[in-house]
Amino acid sequence: MRKDSEIRQFHAAKWHEPIVMELGRPGARGQVFADPEQTILDAVGDASALIPAAMRRKDRAELPEMTEFEVQRHYLHLSQMTLGMMGISLFGTCTMKYNSRMAEIATNRPELAETHPYQPAETLQGTMEIIHDFDLILRSLSGMDQFVFQPGGGADAAYTMTAVARAYWQAKGQLGKRDEVITSIQAHPCNAATAAAAGFKVVTLPLEENGYPSVEALKAAVSDRTALLMINNPDDMGIYNPDIKEWVRIVKQAGGLCFYDHANFNGVMGKLSARELGFDACMFMLHKTFGGPKGGGGPAVGAFGCSEELAPFLPTPVIVNNDGQYVLDEDRPQSSGKIREFWGNVPIVVKAYAWARCMGADGINLASDISVLANNYMDHKLSSIRGVAKSHPDFGKWRMEMTRWGLGPMQEETGIGTVEAANRMADFGIDPWWMSHEPWVVAEPFTPEAGELWSKEDLDQWIAGLQQISDEAYSNPELVKTAPHNQPIAQIKGDWLEDPEAWAMTWRAYQRKHPASGSDASGRSSATAAAGGD
Amino acid sequence: MAIGLIVNPIAGMGGSVGLKGTDGKEMQARALVLGAKPHCLDRTRQAMETLAAAFPRAEIIAAAGRMGADAVAGLGLHTETIPLNSSPNASETRRIAAIMSKRGVSLLVFAGGDGTARDVVSATGLKTPVLGIPAGVKMHSGVFAVNPRAAGRLVADLLSDSGRRIGFRKVEIMDIDEDGLREGEISARLYGYARAPYAKLLLQAAKGRSPVYDDAALQGACNEIASEMNPNVLYLIGPGTTAKRVLTALGLEGTLLGVDAVRNGRIEATDVTEQQALQLAASGQVGIVVGVTGQQGFVFGRGNQQIGPEIIQRAGTDHITVVAGAGKLAILPEPVLRIDTGDPDLDDSLRGYRRVRVGRGQSMMMRME
Repeated sequence: MRKDSEIRQFHAAKWHEPIVMELGRPGARGQVFADPEQTILDAVGDASALIPAAMRRKDRAELPEMTEFEVQRHYLHLSQMTLGMMGISLFGTCTMKYNSRMAEIATNRPELAETHPYQPAETLQGTMEIIHDFDLILRSLSGMDQFVFQPGGGADAAYTMTAVARAYWQAKGQLGKRDEVITSIQAHPCNAATAAAAGFKVVTLPLEENGYPSVEALKAAVSDRTALLMINNPDDMGIYNPDIKEWVRIVKQAGGLCFYDHANFNGVMGKLSARELGFDACMFMLHKTFGGPKGGGGPAVGAFGCSEELAPFLPTPVIVNNDGQYVLDEDRPQSSGKIREFWGNVPIVVKAYAWARCMGADGINLASDISVLANNYMDHKLSSIRGVAKSHPDFGKWRMEMTRWGLGPMQEETGIGTVEAANRMADFGIDPWWMSHEPWVVAEPFTPEAGELWSKEDLDQWIAGLQQISDEAYSNPELVKTAPHNQPIAQIKGDWLEDPEAWAMTWRAYQRKHPASGSDASGRSSATAAAGGD
Repeated sequence: MAIGLIVNPIAGMGGSVGLKGTDGKEMQARALVLGAKPHCLDRTRQAMETLAAAFPRAEIIAAAGRMGADAVAGLGLHTETIPLNSSPNASETRRIAAIMSKRGVSLLVFAGGDGTARDVVSATGLKTPVLGIPAGVKMHSGVFAVNPRAAGRLVADLLSDSGRRIGFRKVEIMDIDEDGLREGEISARLYGYARAPYAKLLLQAAKGRSPVYDDAALQGACNEIASEMNPNVLYLIGPGTTAKRVLTALGLEGTLLGVDAVRNGRIEATDVTEQQALQLAASGQVGIVVGVTGQQGFVFGRGNQQIGPEIIQRAGTDHITVVAGAGKLAILPEPVLRIDTGDPDLDDSLRGYRRVRVGRGQSMMMRME
């Protein structure tokens, strides 16, 4: 069995790379320009006088002096030393997908890249058509009546929900009375956070014996104070809550709104409709399920969709089709206001549109089958690895697109837990896994999500990596404990990360907090060590 | 960086013969008659073997013979021995723990159960950190490692370079009244606090230890509870660190281990009994603020028997506030909170789903059984 799934040999590049402020030499330049011609000098006059005196720098910017080649080489070295996301990344709850070059090239075209939302709408019709058509695609996947793309990520879309709910209850004159939002412990954690940020009280339902919260707990939480239910299904345990229709019925009977957070859409896409289940609103993560790149809190999109009843409270503008002419509808007096500037991260919407058009309805349907099948293949393989334990082992039904696993037994028997194993995974060119949102409900958790992207060979590589770590844990735990060994940086001392007096995000802060090791030649090695060390 | 080692050689013997503990000479004799085998030394040896393999340079100061030195003999660890004044017993444990604490050992490792933990900590207080090798019958205290090998590894990590991953925190020393346990009644009591090492990233290490990220949210919950208190209501608060935060939010001192009575923002009495509480309440409204025990998820009946059935009934379910960290609730072995007020009818009326306050404006809906 181990023969076809042997671990690929890997070693990352390792450069002793000073930080850029310590590089270069006086007088070095990236580009040397010729002096301007006399006619230009005559026409411009004193160029520096064009800058108002109050805005003029008194000293020169402290920049490293380097040639262009040296700058390129420096950043190439740094990029070689990052972990990257081109290994095998089964990063559960995040649905890692390939970001196609074709979609990237499409968004680099001048028709999109060189436009601005302040242009007259008549000159942006193509972009608006794509946004509107993609809205229609998401409507068909959810049964909702209107989508907006303003939110810059999943949490932003959840916040949009709480803002819409606030406006809705305000319009009904019940905002003060309906002050509670109900969610569950393994729902997307931003549900509880955004509800609190919007001023609601939060009631969280714990997992019970089946791996999801009980109907009874929901009933106990629901009252005439319930403003909104915010829930994922499946949640981060990868278990589908079969009572979901009953849940929606209970909340609606009490007058509350229901929001389906589709952060974990991959296992059910094409299989169910949020509206048919009774939900009033939902959100999709275009940077996860729909193949857009993830942006570390920046250029992502949480597409928020809702029923006709909630649509008046959406943030503006909403793009609508007026007899073939696309217009920005800003005149929505009950709107909850702006969630973000302009129309959201339009390039990601275009990439998601490209993904959906390439996949087609049948392709999307097939992809969810593959992702569930791949996860259950992994479940089968992982369950034979020593020291690995599945959450809720007695649940008895198939998991969806991911499963919450744990290394509790391995940790007790060998001292190797999820942090050590994740570090060791990086030695095989496999991206460290996602453990779990907090609080951890499973000891030493990890949550692989196979998705539809990775081949069976890739999955077997990943499983072989964990098999090897298990073998090492029981024979040579020190090897795992001191991992990674094949990466440019091994374990770092955490003290700096926890001490505001020591950490530095800028060169200026570094010099201020570590005066002894400033910018002179003797300080070079210590600044490098502070930035990472090994 | 010397490590102290004390073994309670008769700890754990009662368990296999159903005695629920071996506190007191009579019970120890009875355990032997019933055929109990001492396993404490074996378990200590497991821990020490793990330590010797991982960190052979460890220096040990051990109580002599069966109280420690026997467990490290032949392992090649540098060992200094403290002679015994009598055969192994609780007062020897206390005497030797005091000597080790005075000598400034960097960690005192003991093997035994809750009774041994109490003896050791009564001598060391919070000055010397302690770590328990689990070898007793009752182990409700937070000082115990998951198993002997985990204890050995923790010590090795502390001594070696990877010691940077080891932190120290205050944990509860609990014990159960053995006579009561034999009668079928459990009554755990909080005896005090010890300082114990823990592996920083291994959050699950012991059930019931509150993860660090609970901290700020929990204080928020306690501040909110304090701000919602009504005038002229007698609030019974405590015991334990969580409920103590409510007192802190009120700007009050109070006691850590007792139940304190507060009315109109002032302490009326500290460490009250149920009868005192009833007298103080007279005919007025009573409110109760309690935490959750980390080990078994008890709300009433473990460590807070002072809040008895009569006073709980006086308060009524609407005036009982339960507060706990979300992380503490999430890692309970079962997703339930337990009640054992001593009055079965009252227990029945408290059953069902109740809100536990976990942060400001945040609660968790927990099943009470």
